[in-house]
Amino acid sequence: MSNSANGAALPRAAGIGSIFDARQQVSEAVSAGLKRRYARERRFRLYGMLATLFAVVVLGILLFTIIRTGLPAFTQTMIKLSVTLYPQEIDPKGDRDPQTLSSADYQRLVRDALDDYFPDVTARNDRRELFAMISPGATYVIRSMVMADPSLIGKRIEIEVPLKDDIDQFAKGKIDREADQANRRVSDKQIGWYQRLVDRDLIVSRFNTTLFTAGDSRSPELAGIWGAVVGSFWTMTLTLLMSFPLAVGAAVYLEEFAPKNRWTDVIEVNINNLAAVPSIVFGLLGLAVFIGFFGVPRSSPMVGALVLTLMTLPIIIIASRAALKSVPPSIREAALGVGASKMQATLHHVLPLAMPGMLTGTILGMAHALGETAPLLMIGMVAFIVDIPSGPLNSATVMPVQIYLWSDAPERAFIERASAAIMVLLGFLTVMNLLAVALRKRFEKRW
Amino acid sequence: MSLSTLLLALLVLSSLAFYLGRKKALSAAGGNLRTLHSLPNYYGYYLALWAGIPALAVFTLWLVLEPQIVQSLVVGGLPEAQRNLSPGRLGLLINDIRNLASGNIVSREVAPGLQEAADHYVRLRDTSRIALFVAVLALAVAGLTFGRQRISASLRARNQVETVLKIFLIVGSTVAVLTTAGIVFSLVFEAGRFFVAVSPAEFLFGTEWSPQIALRKDQVGAQGAFGAVPLFAGTLLISVIAMCVAMPVGLMSAIYMAEYAPPKLRTVIKPILEILAGIPTVVYGFFAALTVAPFFRDTGAAVGLTISSESALAAGIVMGIMIIPFVSSLSDDVINAVPRAMREGSYGLGATQSETIRKVIIPAALPGIVGGFLLAISRAIGETMIVVMAAGLTANMTINPFHAVTTITVQIVTLLIGDQEFDSPKTLAAFALGLVLFLITLVLNIGALRIVKKYREQYE
Repeated sequence: MSNSANGAALPRAAGIGSIFDARQQVSEAVSAGLKRRYARERRFRLYGMLATLFAVVVLGILLFTIIRTGLPAFTQTMIKLSVTLYPQEIDPKGDRDPQTLSSADYQRLVRDALDDYFPDVTARNDRRELFAMISPGATYVIRSMVMADPSLIGKRIEIEVPLKDDIDQFAKGKIDREADQANRRVSDKQIGWYQRLVDRDLIVSRFNTTLFTAGDSRSPELAGIWGAVVGSFWTMTLTLLMSFPLAVGAAVYLEEFAPKNRWTDVIEVNINNLAAVPSIVFGLLGLAVFIGFFGVPRSSPMVGALVLTLMTLPIIIIASRAALKSVPPSIREAALGVGASKMQATLHHVLPLAMPGMLTGTILGMAHALGETAPLLMIGMVAFIVDIPSGPLNSATVMPVQIYLWSDAPERAFIERASAAIMVLLGFLTVMNLLAVALRKRFEKRW
Repeated sequence: MSLSTLLLALLVLSSLAFYLGRKKALSAAGGNLRTLHSLPNYYGYYLALWAGIPALAVFTLWLVLEPQIVQSLVVGGLPEAQRNLSPGRLGLLINDIRNLASGNIVSREVAPGLQEAADHYVRLRDTSRIALFVAVLALAVAGLTFGRQRISASLRARNQVETVLKIFLIVGSTVAVLTTAGIVFSLVFEAGRFFVAVSPAEFLFGTEWSPQIALRKDQVGAQGAFGAVPLFAGTLLISVIAMCVAMPVGLMSAIYMAEYAPPKLRTVIKPILEILAGIPTVVYGFFAALTVAPFFRDTGAAVGLTISSESALAAGIVMGIMIIPFVSSLSDDVINAVPRAMREGSYGLGATQSETIRKVIIPAALPGIVGGFLLAISRAIGETMIVVMAAGLTANMTINPFHAVTTITVQIVTLLIGDQEFDSPKTLAAFALGLVLFLITLVLNIGALRIVKKYREQYE
């Protein structure tokens, strides 16, 4: 562009010929620079493309690694056992007392069944290694079968029980067979036994239902996300119940009723600022005020919901105000004109028209809350909780915290399960976002 | 009967009140609805509010106060010697009593006195529950009868119902202010207690951070050090790395999307960026700790560099990726807000598209872009999960991105996870760090919002 500036500065008093010369010069100068400028244009455009591509590729890598790590967690390697339920072991007195049935030594039965497969394994240490291949969950399986149907006692039953996580990882090819024995979690002997079981067709791979029905556990093969899902459910329900009415109320007041004065200015600045406060600060607030001062039970969905409510409020308020703003004033004026009170005009006419926008904002706010982790660490939702929470005051954990806990664990199987949990969480979030998009598409009105 | 049953009963009573109020109003009108001041439904709402609100208020107040009253009564019933225990040990004792009462495991032998106290506790709690039921239901019925008497054709029911509604709306809008007040109050209060034990100067300018405080006075290394400078340095390092990724990529992709991308591509890329923005931070943390950090470590080892497996680089880059969509969407908005006329004027003078963008659009949109950057920095500083999962725990003063550093947020989390005593400087230090974090982000946010707002007014 500096070339054309030179051209404009040529002396005016020159003759026709020199003007022609000057124009010639200018156009020459411009075309001389043109190539360079176009190259720069192309380069600039390329940078933009690369930047966008980078974001897309990173997203691809992220999803790919998570799915690749998480997919194996959806299957579990099981061993077929045929267990004889000796009456003298389970119920020596024969009175079928539930107390005796529940405290019987089922582990022994599992070991007997394994001994049938490997009569040659007799050394103490070897036997210990052999038994370590089966998950402690096997005994629970048998116990619950016997408890449900005591008539099984004395019979021989065929069951499938989960293998221990290390063997499961080996079966999925995640443990290098060639590595030095000391560096892998499966011993050579165990590999040999596993191979014999495979040869006899006793190993099967099944869909991992435990992952979707169990709570947390110290053994990866017995751990599931259901406890966290239920905890998330309670937390989200309470958050929605508290934040939606408050946020809509606040938005309606600020948009429709509030006088323009210093106090409403303060509220406005506050809301905008709260939306950008780091989430961990809300956790500190929850710890000091809700737990320390009001004595809400630690680790409960209730206290989690209180914290998340405060966090999501500004998001929903901002979205709701935008929705209210988009309702044209003519609607209000028409309602007031036929004699409605201000409140009636708002509740009967403005609010219904703004509702889709408000709901969209609410869903997005809830999606945000569902993935939030940091503030919940502060208020004790990181505890190791096996039981499925049955109410908002029980100790509970939520899905993102469960993911955090599992990804910290040394066992590879837990990492796998963390990935699987991420896939489930992302699934929930996708559904919520699609819902929000659909709502917006369906009800969006251009005035 | 549980509390939810009580709430349900209250709801039923209120609905009944609605029906009764409406009926009373209709009969007061005597068939001529015009004599009523308000529509019949408003009389129903009026009565429902009378039945519901006082009862609900008592219900809430009761639940808040009950634990404290019951506790003080139980403590009052304890023997003299136990009553005069130090607050900490008394707290333990009360905890045991409560556990015993709910049938949990107790941390000491169950002495008869303890058992007695637990029984006392259970008795008191049961009495309180029964009293609560009676009080709430009686109040609801009383409110109902009282309100019903007041209903007449000339009662301004609509105005009164609307006043109550409006009060609810006002309360809703004050919650935001209360939250801020709560944050400031709790942080300042707890940090104040921390600064009694550790001087603010040592905290702000000390260069040694090791908050391990021994439980007993005679233990080795009992003296913790609370110099937070290494944490500030670590936070700064990771934020700078993050911004080095997020600023150029975010801005360039926004420019590409706003100026170059054909509409079809735009409709594909925009949702992808939105997906990136919607991914929970714990997922990014997982990605950083289990994919990116090992990748950097192995690559570093392959070329002969020692890169820590908790390097600032991995955490910073993943954090930058997390912030890309944030920067991009904010920049996209401001670039789109630049008036068309400015673009066309520049094209008219013969400028190419990139020249227009660099010399006209970016300068015009600069305040908005800077505001967006400031908000992004504030997010990077306050981001927790990525650094908790991928950054280190030890406080190093270094600007080498291959080393492990720790940040303010990581330390807050590690100080507060697990069992805590509210009077140890270790726990309180978390609140002091929280206060610093809050103040930094507050300044950045308010500055950014100011700039963005001012800029917006310029073109409106």
